[in-house]
Amino acid sequence: MGPLIPQEIIGQDWNLFIAFIVGIGFGFILEQAGFSSSRKLAGVFYGYDTVVLKVFFGAAVTAMLGLLFFSLFGWIDLSLVYVNPTFLGSAIVGGIVMGIGFIAGGFCPGVSFSAIAIGKIDAMVFLGGIFIGIFMFAEAYPLLESFYMSGNLGALKLSDVLGISGGFLAFLVIIAALGMFWLGDLAEKKFPREEY
Amino acid sequence: MNTKYMNPYLAGVLLGLVLLMAFFFSGRGLGASGAVKSTVVTVVSTIAPEHAANSPFYSKYIGEGKSPMKSWLVFEIMGVLVGGFLSGALAGRLKLKIEHFPGISANRRLIFAMIGGILFGFGSQLGRGCASGSALTGMAVLSLSGFISMATMFGTAFALAYFFRKNWI
Repeated sequence: MGPLIPQEIIGQDWNLFIAFIVGIGFGFILEQAGFSSSRKLAGVFYGYDTVVLKVFFGAAVTAMLGLLFFSLFGWIDLSLVYVNPTFLGSAIVGGIVMGIGFIAGGFCPGVSFSAIAIGKIDAMVFLGGIFIGIFMFAEAYPLLESFYMSGNLGALKLSDVLGISGGFLAFLVIIAALGMFWLGDLAEKKFPREEY
Repeated sequence: MNTKYMNPYLAGVLLGLVLLMAFFFSGRGLGASGAVKSTVVTVVSTIAPEHAANSPFYSKYIGEGKSPMKSWLVFEIMGVLVGGFLSGALAGRLKLKIEHFPGISANRRLIFAMIGGILFGFGSQLGRGCASGSALTGMAVLSLSGFISMATMFGTAFALAYFFRKNWI
């Protein structure tokens, strides 16, 4: 049955409206969870607040299991769900550059919008930075193109790389997530901070 | 324990359900940097249309029948602004301010926010998506790329946390 719009069960015209509604949910939850605060976000790297870890892995596991169950029940055709392709070199270097941006800026792009929505000026400056960074990439693209396109492995799933089923990989991710939740609680006890 | 905010486990499950809704309706996940990319493409192609048409980057997104602002992520991000505003209004958190660790100046915070934004913007293009588009959404569909993004992004930030500690603790 799903995904509804790619299969034209709901008209294509609705797609942007759905995007807007999904965005409202996304922004509301990010702000409710405290992701509109860079000090709360950066807390995960110093142990005093591990909310990022909990929300991120909670969401990943929920959506992962949801997709697997929906597929099992015949509610969604997974072959029509977009899987981002893997380009090994650029994925690794891009992730490293973003990691530096994360610890320096205290936001990632998605959460910066929820912070802007409540008036955080530091998030507005961060967004200005994202704009400049993308512009720099766009202008440098002719130089970067060959690296950007290198190591193309296509829409590869980790479960296929490991030779295990999607369900078993999800099980391993759940175990890892539980381990991280436990570590997170331990860190918050070890590095407590008063109001911030 | 800070109780002003939602329980993080509940927030995680709810966020996962929003992501699942995106998959179920649109067959795609969440994102953020793509909306800024659309804005960059629109601004550059408006100010310098010839430059944009000749560029291998911008020309991918412009041309006949293509309007970069009429994209899924642009509308999703407009929703994020509305949703974030509603949550902040309900919680009494709407306030113009520069939030920073008391040990550093507001200017220092803004300089690092700018540097962080530039790196995140650049990295998101290289890595084909940011924390929400590549790491979170990618992991949910079990994509190798999603796991690589998550591991390199968090791994690098953890590895460098010591050098940036004066900004945060």
